Formats: sequence, C-alpha cells, structure tokens
Amino acid sequence: MSEQLEPLKKNEISVNDVPYVQMETGESVGFLGHLKGFWVPFSKIFKKTLTVEYPEVKALTEERFHGRHQLNRHPDGLEKCIGCELCAWACPADAIYVEGANNTADNQMSPGERYGKVYQINYLRCVFCGLCIEACPTRALTMTNEYELADDTRAKLIFEKEDLLAPLRQGMLMPPHPMYPDMNDTNYYNGDVKGSHPSQDVK
Amino acid sequence: MTTAELIGADSGGIIAIKALLVFIFCVVLTLMSVWGERRLVGRMQERPGPNRVGPFGLIQALADGVKLALKEDLIPAAADKIVFVIAPIISATTCFMSFAVIPITGKVSLFGHTTAMQLTDLPVGVLYVLAIASVGVYGIVLAGWSSGSTYPLLGGLRSSAQVISYEVAMGLSLVAVFIYAGSMSTSDIVAAQSTWWYGVVLFPSFAIYAISMVGETNRAPFDLAEAEGELVGGFHTEYSSLKFALFFLAEYVNIIAVSALATTLFLGGYHALPGLGFTESWLGGWFTALWFFSKVLVFFFVFVWLRGTLPRLRYDQFMQFGWKILIPVSILWILVVATLRALSLHGAPRAMVVGFASAIVLLVMVVNLGFDNAKKKKLEALEEEVVSSPTFAVPTIPMHVSSINVSNSGKGGDHV
Repeated sequence: MSEQLEPLKKNEISVNDVPYVQMETGESVGFLGHLKGFWVPFSKIFKKTLTVEYPEVKALTEERFHGRHQLNRHPDGLEKCIGCELCAWACPADAIYVEGANNTADNQMSPGERYGKVYQINYLRCVFCGLCIEACPTRALTMTNEYELADDTRAKLIFEKEDLLAPLRQGMLMPPHPMYPDMNDTNYYNGDVKGSHPSQDVK
Repeated sequence: MTTAELIGADSGGIIAIKALLVFIFCVVLTLMSVWGERRLVGRMQERPGPNRVGPFGLIQALADGVKLALKEDLIPAAADKIVFVIAPIISATTCFMSFAVIPITGKVSLFGHTTAMQLTDLPVGVLYVLAIASVGVYGIVLAGWSSGSTYPLLGGLRSSAQVISYEVAMGLSLVAVFIYAGSMSTSDIVAAQSTWWYGVVLFPSFAIYAISMVGETNRAPFDLAEAEGELVGGFHTEYSSLKFALFFLAEYVNIIAVSALATTLFLGGYHALPGLGFTESWLGGWFTALWFFSKVLVFFFVFVWLRGTLPRLRYDQFMQFGWKILIPVSILWILVVATLRALSLHGAPRAMVVGFASAIVLLVMVVNLGFDNAKKKKLEALEEEVVSSPTFAVPTIPMHVSSINVSNSGKGGDHV
C-alpha cells in the first residue's frame, strides 16, 4: 500500500514516524480545583451583567453600519437621484425598483434631465450588502444606521420614495423648483451649489 | 407535650386551615422559586434573567402559568387518553402530599389554638415521604408510556430508572438518621436535633442525601433524561398546556419537598442556627417558620448553583455513580453507624467507641492509599505500552515536526 503513495519530501515526516502516545486524562484538579469551578458562577452573581436592555437602552451601532437606505438631496433641496436604475441593476437580491421620468420646466425634481419618479426598496429582500451604494453615480443613495426595520405586514416593509428621502435641512427648498441660477448639473455634482437662491422659491 | 399530641388535639377547622396554608406555601414558593432560579442562573451567566413582567420580573412565573393554561391542550391520537390525563395529576398531587408531615414551625398559636405548623405527624413520617415519592414515579412512567410515542417512552423509562436508583441511595442515607433519632417521625427527628444537627454528626449521610436528592428530582447535572437543550423533553414531550404545567409544577414542588426533608432531617428543621436559640420564641413561635424557610432556600440556592456550574452527566456515568458508589458507601456507613450506636447504647467504654471509630478511619485511609497506588501503576503501565504503528497507509504530515507532545493536556489556562 504505502509504495503507491507519493514519496516523502525532505522536510516531511510520515504519521507512522510519530510515536503513538496514550492521551492522558489530565492531572486531577484536586478538591480546591473543583471548588474554584463552583466559585466562578457564584462570583458572577455579584458582577455587572452584559445585557443591553434593548428597547429602553439602544446601543450605538458602528459608524459604517449598514442600516436603512436614504435618498439624499443637494444643498438647495433638489433630489440627487437621477433615476438611472444602476442601484436596481447592482442589487443581488432584486430588492430595488426604480422608474425614472423627465424633468420639465415646471416640474424640476433633480438637476439635469431625469429624476427618479418611483423608488421602492423591499426590506424583506434587502440583504444590506451595500452594492447599491457603490453603484450610485451621484451619491444619492447612502445607508443610515437605523436598524429597527420590523413590521407586521409585507406591504409596510416595501419602503417608498417618501419613506427613503432625506428630510429638508436648513436652506433647502421642497422640490419641484427650478435649478440654481447660472448653474448646470455638473456644477451641482461638483458641489458648487451651497444652498438655495431666493429665485428658486417659486411657491 | 410532644408535637404529635399537640397536633392530635387539632379541631377539624384548624386542620383545614393548616392544609390550606401548606398548599399556599407550596404554590407560592414554587412560583417564586421558578422566578428566583431564572434570575439567579441568569446572573451566574452574566445576564439579568426575566425582568420585564412586574417589578424585577417577579410575576414572570405567573405570566408563564397563564400562558401555559391558555395554550391548546393536545392529546395525541396514539395516546392512551385516560392514562395520559391521569399521569400529570399523579405527579402533581404526590409531590404536594409529602409536605403533610414536614414540621414548619414549633409550638405556635393559630386562632387561639396551641398547635404546631405541621399538617399531621405520623410515627413513620419519613417512610411516608419516601413512599409518596415512589408513587410519584408512576406519573413519569405512565406519562411516558401513555403518550404512544417512542421518545417519551424512552425518556419516561430513563427518568423513572433514575428516580428509583437514587431513591435507594436516599433511603439508605436516612437509615443513619433513624438509628440516631430512634424514630421515623419528622417532629421527633427535629426535636432530637436540638443540640447537634445530624448534618454535622452524620455528615456522610447528609452528603449522600444531598447528592441523591438532586438525582431524585431529575435536576441538573442529573437531568440527562429530560435534557431540554439536547432532547425534546423526555417523558413530557407530548404534553402541552395545563398538563405540561402540572409536570412543571411537580418538578419544582419536588425540589422544595426534598429540600424541606433535608432541612428537617439534617439541618435541625425549624430550629434556629446554633447560638440564636432565643429567636425561636419571637412572634409567638412563628419566627421558627422563617428559620425553616431560609434553610429550604439555602438548599434551593444550591440546586440553582449546581445547575449553573456543572455539565450534564452521561447516562452510564450517572447510573455507575448511583449503584457503584453511592449505594455501597451508604451501606458501609450504615454498618459503621449501627456498630457505634450499638456500642454506646450497650454501655461500652468510651475508649472502645473511640478506638472503633479511629480504626474505621484508618481502614478507609489504607484502602484509599491502596486504590491510589493501583491507579498510578495502571497509568505507568499504560505509558510504557507503546502501540505499534498502523499497517495501513496514512497521509503524510506536510511540515517538519521535531516532537509531538500530546500528554500533559490537563492544565488548561484560565480563559475568563
């Protein structure tokens, strides 16, 4: 049998060369050793527990924890999403559905030609891998640290665009509204727009 | 007046009130002990345990009970329906019955009657407890058998084999107490311990009882037949709802019952700790109940502590320990105790009693030494015996190994 095996290399030894040693059951820990074993759980009674009292106390997640998605806005309030569907294409779980539409003069939702008209993420499918965030060309889609994503119906766990959109911050105007005067979409993506202009407030 | 005479003078009303009190005591203590166990074992595992229902989770056990009662009560189609229903009732009632002879207080006054807080006093009280415990095994056997399913049957057989084996050791450990107290009545045994507790005088008996009571109640580390982490649940696999609750209740009442018996037989029952005898007359004698409870709770704590510390035994280890160690040791111990007792009762000179006792101690030491030597020789023989290399082909080890040392693996580091 052993002739059929590959010959040993120089730095190898066969298992047959290793002397067989009877495993010992180990030295007895003795009476005090047993007492020590009993002492460990007893002493734990008086120590602080490790439990986080979850609903009352919420432990902070890691900074880059993959939580619920968010659709971001430009500083003047226009949406960053251009409805390109790259996130939906990147999604391995097929959890994202996007429908794009054209921006018109009286319905300007994002800078440039297109915006995301329908944007849904199905959190029953999402695996929080973050590939959609990598795919997004405008940094419109990012992830928050929010992890409390449980509900009692399937429908409630399909998040619509208004559930995912970032809130309006100071200086932002609710779209639709015209783009910043004398700025094109490239200026927007380069971060030249720092806030809204009074002329954008059409309401 | 002895306790038996005190209790004998009770009127029917007083007896009914006492029965009710004993029952309430059992149920409340069980509910509290379920909560206490989960809290304690939780703290031992660095978690808080149930803390959501009521303050400190105090009514968790009650909530669990309500939940169990509201669940669907299934009876499997293959089950023997009548026996299936009777089994949990047998289990639950028998464990309550053993409390009838446990003395909870000394002489007290109850609604103007002078009596003792003990339901009844039999001249063979402890035998009664053992007998009731044996009847309780029927609950387990019948539950396993009537379920009409293989695993409950096997679980029932294992549990009952376990209970019966450890009952032998338990019964034998009590013989020494009977010999010294000269009575099998629980109240007489408590009275006989007013100076020295039998847990001290008859320490080997106490140790054997303490071990066998854990085996008797099917508790960790001897819960191998029920092993809820590994098996489905042993004999009560097919039970649900209130019937399961009855088994659950029976288990905990049983723990309290064996703890109460241990307190009565070995820790002086309702007597105060040595040196605190003056407290026994406080609150008109009712303070003794507090001593009784605290001793029972100490035993309960040990039960929880064992569960939090020890891993489960294997079935053969468990049976070997029971039949090959506990029972022979208790028989030898009874022989020694009986001889000593007979010597002193027949007025043998003190020197003779002491001489006999020291001879026994010497004998034990010599036997132990011989045992150790034999073990050492066996180990040495094992070390010398080198097993020849196998004749079949074995894979090569792709690295340079200068020496492999697999021995001396016993000293594990302390990775806490």
